[in-house]
Amino acid sequence: MTSENRLQRDLAEYSLRLGDDRLVLGHRLSEWCGHAPVLEEELALGNFALDLLDQASLLLESAGRLEGRGRSADDLAFFRDVTEFRNLLLVEQPNGDFAFTIARQYLFDAFDLHLSVALEASGDRPLASFAVRAAKEAAYHLRHSREWLLRLGGGTDESRRRMQAALGELWIFTGELFETDDLVRRLVEARVVFDPEALRGPWREEVLGTFAEAGLEAPKDPAWMQRGGRDGRHGEALGRMLSDMQSVARAFPGARW
Amino acid sequence: MEPTPSDKTAESEIAFQARIDAGETIEPRDWMPERYRKQLVRMMSQHAHSEVVGMLPEGNWITRAPSLRRKIGLLAKVQDEAGHGLYLYGAAETLGVSRDEMIDQLLAGVSKYSSIFNYPTLTWADVGAIGWLVDGAAIVNQTMLAKTSYGPYARAMLRICAEENFHKRQGFEILATLAQGTPEQRAMAQDAVNRWWWPTLMMFGPPDEASPHSAELMGWKVKPKSNDELRQRFVDLAVPQAKAMGLTLPDPELRWDEEKRQWRFGTIDWQEFWRVVRGDGQMNRERLRERRRAHDEGRWVREAAEAHEAKRRARAAAKIGR
Amino acid sequence: MSESAARDADWPLWEVFVQEEGGAAHVHAGSIHAPDREMALQNARDVYARRGRAASLWVVESSAITATTPADRAPFFEPAFDKIYRHPQFYKVPRGVRGL
Repeated sequence: MTSENRLQRDLAEYSLRLGDDRLVLGHRLSEWCGHAPVLEEELALGNFALDLLDQASLLLESAGRLEGRGRSADDLAFFRDVTEFRNLLLVEQPNGDFAFTIARQYLFDAFDLHLSVALEASGDRPLASFAVRAAKEAAYHLRHSREWLLRLGGGTDESRRRMQAALGELWIFTGELFETDDLVRRLVEARVVFDPEALRGPWREEVLGTFAEAGLEAPKDPAWMQRGGRDGRHGEALGRMLSDMQSVARAFPGARW
Repeated sequence: MEPTPSDKTAESEIAFQARIDAGETIEPRDWMPERYRKQLVRMMSQHAHSEVVGMLPEGNWITRAPSLRRKIGLLAKVQDEAGHGLYLYGAAETLGVSRDEMIDQLLAGVSKYSSIFNYPTLTWADVGAIGWLVDGAAIVNQTMLAKTSYGPYARAMLRICAEENFHKRQGFEILATLAQGTPEQRAMAQDAVNRWWWPTLMMFGPPDEASPHSAELMGWKVKPKSNDELRQRFVDLAVPQAKAMGLTLPDPELRWDEEKRQWRFGTIDWQEFWRVVRGDGQMNRERLRERRRAHDEGRWVREAAEAHEAKRRARAAAKIGR
Repeated sequence: MSESAARDADWPLWEVFVQEEGGAAHVHAGSIHAPDREMALQNARDVYARRGRAASLWVVESSAITATTPADRAPFFEPAFDKIYRHPQFYKVPRGVRGL
C-alpha cells in the first residue's frame, strides 16, 4: 500500500472514531426528549444532540468517502454491527439520571474542546476546518455542562450524592480518552493529529478544578481503566441502543427515506 | 349616589368591548372582564400543554428515525415544540397564573391538551402524517390566532407560525418520499394517513352549534374565526396536497362543490371525539403518566438549581456584610 | 398528586431582549424561567435565538423592571402629541438651505 493510501485509510478510520463518538452521544442525548427535568432543559439537551448528530453526519460522510467502498453516512450509521463501531466507551453509557447524563457530558465536553482546538492545526485541511466549527460548539456545550455540574454538586445533599455517584461510575471510562495506538502514531507522524496524551494534563486540571469548586471529591484513579471501544469491544448497552436506532432502516434495506 | 361595584363593572365592560370592536390589542395590565381573563388562561395553558404533550408521539420515533437527516429534522421539530410550549406558558403567565399551577392542573387531569395527541404513533409514516396533517391543521388555527385580541398571545402566535412552516413541509416530504418508495413504504404511508385524517378534522373542535365557548370568544376577537370555517379551510388545502403525494384520503364522500368552490366531506364521528376528550383514547393515560414521571423525577434537579443560587446569593450578601 | 402540589422549586421569571445583527436596538422577545443568570442567558439563547438571528442578548429579572401602568398612559404620553415644538415641521427654514 502506498503511504498515500495508508494515510487515507487511517484518516477514514480516525474520522469513524470521532463520528461514532458523536453519533452515539448525540443519540443518547436525544433519548431525553420528552423526559427532561424541566422544559428549558428539553431545549438545551436537544440543541446539543443536534450539534453532535450534525457533526457525526459530516464525519461519517467523510469516513465513507475516504474508505472508498461506496458507503454513505447512513450506511455506516444504520448498517454496521456493534463490533464495527469505534466510539469511546464513555459515550455509550446509558443516560441514568440527570446527574449521570451531565457528568458524562462534562467529561466528554472538556475533552472535546481540547481535542478540537488541537485539531485546528491539523495538516489535513478538511479535518482542520471541521475542528474550527467543533471547537465553537464544544465551548458552548462545556459551558452548559460545567454549570450544571456546579449546580448539582453544590445544590442539595441529594444532588451532590447523585453527582458524586455518577462521577464514581464514569471515571473508569476516562482513561480511554487519552490512549494512543499505531493508527494514532502514524497520524501524528503525518502531522494530521497530535498525541492525545498531551491532552491529559490540561483535561485533568480542568475537571479536577471544577470538582473542587463544586465541592465534589475527585474520584480515585483505578488500577485499570476500561478500554476497547476503539477496537469495537463495547459493553452490552450499545448493542441494545443500536437495535433500537437501526430497526426501521434495517427493516427496509435499500429504501430511501 | 355612589355607583355600585356592578355599575362600575358594567361601565368597564362597555369600554372594554369598545376597545375590542375598534381592533385594539389588550395588554397584560389593562382592565379586562374576569371571564375574558379566565378564558384566555384556559386557552393559552391548554395550547402550551398541547405543545409539550405533543412532543411525546413524535419523540417516540426520534431514536428509530431511519436516516441521519430524518433524525436531525425530527429532533429539531420536537425541540421547536418545547420552545413553543415555553412561549405559551410565558404568555399565560402574564395573566397571573404560574407555570407550576398550570403544570399541576395538567398532571391532575384538570386542564386539557389537544386530544389528537391521545392517538398512538405506530409506524415511521405516522411521523410524516403528523407533520403534514396535525401541524397543517395547527397552522390554520394559529394563523387565525395571530390576530387575537390579547397581545402576548398574538405575539407568541406570530413566532410560532414563523417556525411551524418547516414542520408541515417536513411531514409532507416524509410522506411523499414513502409514497414513491417500495410497496411496503407506500402501504405504510397510506395506512398512516387513513388513521390520522379523521382525528385531524376533529382537532378543529365540534361544530359551532355544539361549541359552548365559541360565540363568546368570537365576540371578544379572541378567536376570530369559527371551528367549521377553519376545518373547511384545512380540508381545501389538504385535498390537493394528498393528490400531489399520490395518496388517498379515507373519505368516500369527498366531493368538489363547484358552486361553493370548496370540498364537501363526510360526517365526523363525534362520539369518538368525545370519548377521546373524556379520557378514553388509547394513549390518554400513558401520555399523562410519562409527563408525571418526568415532572416528579425532575424535582430534585429543579430544587438543586434553586438551592445553588440561594447559596450563591447568601455568600455574596455576606461579603457585603448585609 | 398532593405531593407535587406542594411548593416546587421557584425559578424566577426573566425578560429577554434580543439584538439582531446590524447594531439595531435590543427588542423584547418574551420571558423565560431560570434559577440564575448563567442559565437565564443560555435558556434565552435556546428559546429566542437558536435560529441564529442575534448578535446580543440581555436578560433581566422581571421583578427588576419598572413599567408604566395603563392609568399612566394619559398623563405620561398624551401631552407629547400636543407639543408641536418638538417636531421639525414646526420650524420654518429658508428654501434651498441644505442640511436642515
